[in-house]
Amino acid sequence: MGEKKLMKGNEAFAEAAIRSGCDAYFGYPITPQSEVMEYLAAQQPHLRTGMVLLQAESEVAAINMVYGAAGTGKKVMTSSSSPGISLKQEGISYLVGSELPCLILNVVRGGPGLGTIQPSQADYFQSTKGGGHGDYRMIVLAPASVQEMSDFVKLGFDLAFKYRNPVLMLSDGIIGQMMEQVELFEQMPRATEFDQTWATTGKTPDRERNIITSVNLDPAVQERHNHKLQAKYQKMQQEEVRYESFDCEDADYLLIAYGCSARICQKSVKLARAKGIKAGLLRPITLFPFPTVEIKRLAGKVKGMMAVELSAGQMVEDVRLAVDGRVQVAFYGRMGGMVHSPEEVVDALIKHFSIG
Amino acid sequence: MLVSPENLVYTKTPLMTDKPLSYCPGCGHGTVHRMIMEVVDEMGIQADTIGIAPVGCSVLAYEFMNIDMQQAAHGRAPALATGIKRCWPDKYVFTYQGDGDLAAIGTAETIHACNRGENIAIFFVNNGIYGMTGGQMAPTTLPGMRSSTTPYGRDVALMGNPLKITELVAMLPGTFYVSRHSVHTPLNVRKFKRAARMAFENQKLNKGVSFIEIVSNCNSGWKMSPVDANKWMEDNMFPFYPLGDIKVNGEMVSKPTKAE
Amino acid sequence: MNEEIIIAGFGGQGVLSLGKILAYSGMMQQMEVSWMPSYGPEMRGGTANVTVILSDERISSPILKQYDTAIILNQQSMDKFESSVKPGGILIYDSNGITRHPQRKDIQIYVIDAASESAKMSSTKTFNMIVLGAYLKIKPVVTIENVIKGLKSSLPERHHHLIPENEEAIKRGMEYIKKVA
Repeated sequence: MGEKKLMKGNEAFAEAAIRSGCDAYFGYPITPQSEVMEYLAAQQPHLRTGMVLLQAESEVAAINMVYGAAGTGKKVMTSSSSPGISLKQEGISYLVGSELPCLILNVVRGGPGLGTIQPSQADYFQSTKGGGHGDYRMIVLAPASVQEMSDFVKLGFDLAFKYRNPVLMLSDGIIGQMMEQVELFEQMPRATEFDQTWATTGKTPDRERNIITSVNLDPAVQERHNHKLQAKYQKMQQEEVRYESFDCEDADYLLIAYGCSARICQKSVKLARAKGIKAGLLRPITLFPFPTVEIKRLAGKVKGMMAVELSAGQMVEDVRLAVDGRVQVAFYGRMGGMVHSPEEVVDALIKHFSIG
Repeated sequence: MLVSPENLVYTKTPLMTDKPLSYCPGCGHGTVHRMIMEVVDEMGIQADTIGIAPVGCSVLAYEFMNIDMQQAAHGRAPALATGIKRCWPDKYVFTYQGDGDLAAIGTAETIHACNRGENIAIFFVNNGIYGMTGGQMAPTTLPGMRSSTTPYGRDVALMGNPLKITELVAMLPGTFYVSRHSVHTPLNVRKFKRAARMAFENQKLNKGVSFIEIVSNCNSGWKMSPVDANKWMEDNMFPFYPLGDIKVNGEMVSKPTKAE
Repeated sequence: MNEEIIIAGFGGQGVLSLGKILAYSGMMQQMEVSWMPSYGPEMRGGTANVTVILSDERISSPILKQYDTAIILNQQSMDKFESSVKPGGILIYDSNGITRHPQRKDIQIYVIDAASESAKMSSTKTFNMIVLGAYLKIKPVVTIENVIKGLKSSLPERHHHLIPENEEAIKRGMEYIKKVA
């Protein structure tokens, strides 16, 4: 068993970064995730593992530092919160286009604009449907506990290198700021163990030069490149779907929620069951690829579904696509830092489906 | 054999590929590329050199330079170079950028990479215009100079002043060597090559950024013949962007000139 | 065992660190714990609150609407959280600066004059430990031994010499808490 500590989600992420053997972190301060860089700075990762830590002049610079280092085959990461992630979108699109692995954390706050620093889940569309320009996807992991803020660093890097594609951890102000016990994994070697014959480390006589680029002036070449990328996303959909079920098998009504909302809904399920309502919860862990098949299966078993998000309703669209009209799908959510209570969710469920 | 080794007076460096250059006849990019590659070749550091191509006319620089390269988003080359050099302090890392890339959209990355004293070389080709997109105003377009977005000449009251970013970065403590060159005559080419060599040699010292501006023509964008463009460059660009060393070994050797 | 607590007061009163020590103590006692602060640019004088949950089971929602116990340390927090105590639950408050005292009849109400007690001690920073002592007297969810262990693991080594003073403050809090209703 690993070391157990009481940590904030942001701190657990930072500690996991060092332990995962990450080579470099480039970032820029923004609430509610500034603890990531502060924790790393206090830990002096260059002394612990040789990991590079640099505070960039902007989110734009930070993501491009990630691009440069990732292009040399290094295990690199950045983190930010919603407005900062918007600034990084150009860089993320380039990383995807150039097929570079990296890990990005978004500790979401309310928007649009500068919005509020309080928790929100309003960046679902941006995270799962592209975000930047071009036709692309990233694997999106949604941690719902401090433990997962640590565990998904390791998982995220593995997936990023498996697909040579950025992986996004979509967290929020609650998961980032709360403290829970976390069992930390053992320190891993910093040497990158993945195949990196593609990386720009300097051309040696035994190989052709390596180029990291996303430019294809020939549209036919660009189309071939896009088809190759699309094939990766299809493989992700076949192999990487992850979710967690709570009391789903006998449920009449299914809540669907991820991240902090899934935590809140776990309590709602208990409260509902205490009132005699057979509720269950499906928690997507990967938001892309989305657990479409499982939701479709459950649609044949329940009387109704309700997506619960800290937004005006974004993931609910993917739920409706999966359900395809088989059962009624309701939505409940609060926005911009106002967080729904477990009781509010139960009340909304009762109201939407006129239960009792 | 038509050319025997003893008669050979010149050969293309193997660090330039055989791909035909995409640049307009008379443009300076090809010469700048070749000089940088000759330096890398002569120093025997191909296996330890990583270059960054910008957005602009030289976006495809990696097609011509026979080394490992990355292509950056517009203006972000110094950030890429920072990321690479921090992870690989023993490699030689350089950016190759134009004026729009380095001095407009990428000003923040340029200033901060220079101010942090990243141990990299920056090659900055300044032709006073956006060449690739068809000749629009650049941050370095001279007062009164015509471009497709200043068809009646750059009016500084409306469009602001040209930016002497080279003089600006020379004042930062993170720059170790700052110099301005041209490649329009054989003499100037030789001078530039010496400067480029110094920019790579300096990386062994770990003393900060080597920043070299190359004032070049854009005869297509300026709508002149190559020869006329070089003449115009001498008469108009050089008085505003004077050639020569600005900072050597971390010491200023010329006073920053004021924009007139 | 499942104890859901809100601690609310001014920034600078040690609200968040009181919650943290409680969470650490719970962890020392092999419980599941969560600590969720109201975060942001809350400085001395602004409002701050933290939700702490101690449980024998996996904790679901870290955000709650109703609490088993509310520890209230200023008037704004009284106005906001008095109604959030579960019927039959506990409200503990420091009467210093309180102009409108709690009104509910369906909960147990206690008062701890921690501000005035801490003024008698060598440091007013013991304020939040007096409050903790008062709470533990009413709800002994964690043992004093585990609180001391929690303090040791949460405080940096250089502050460990302050632990005896904190222990003394906890004892005073246990002594001075009074039932109001």
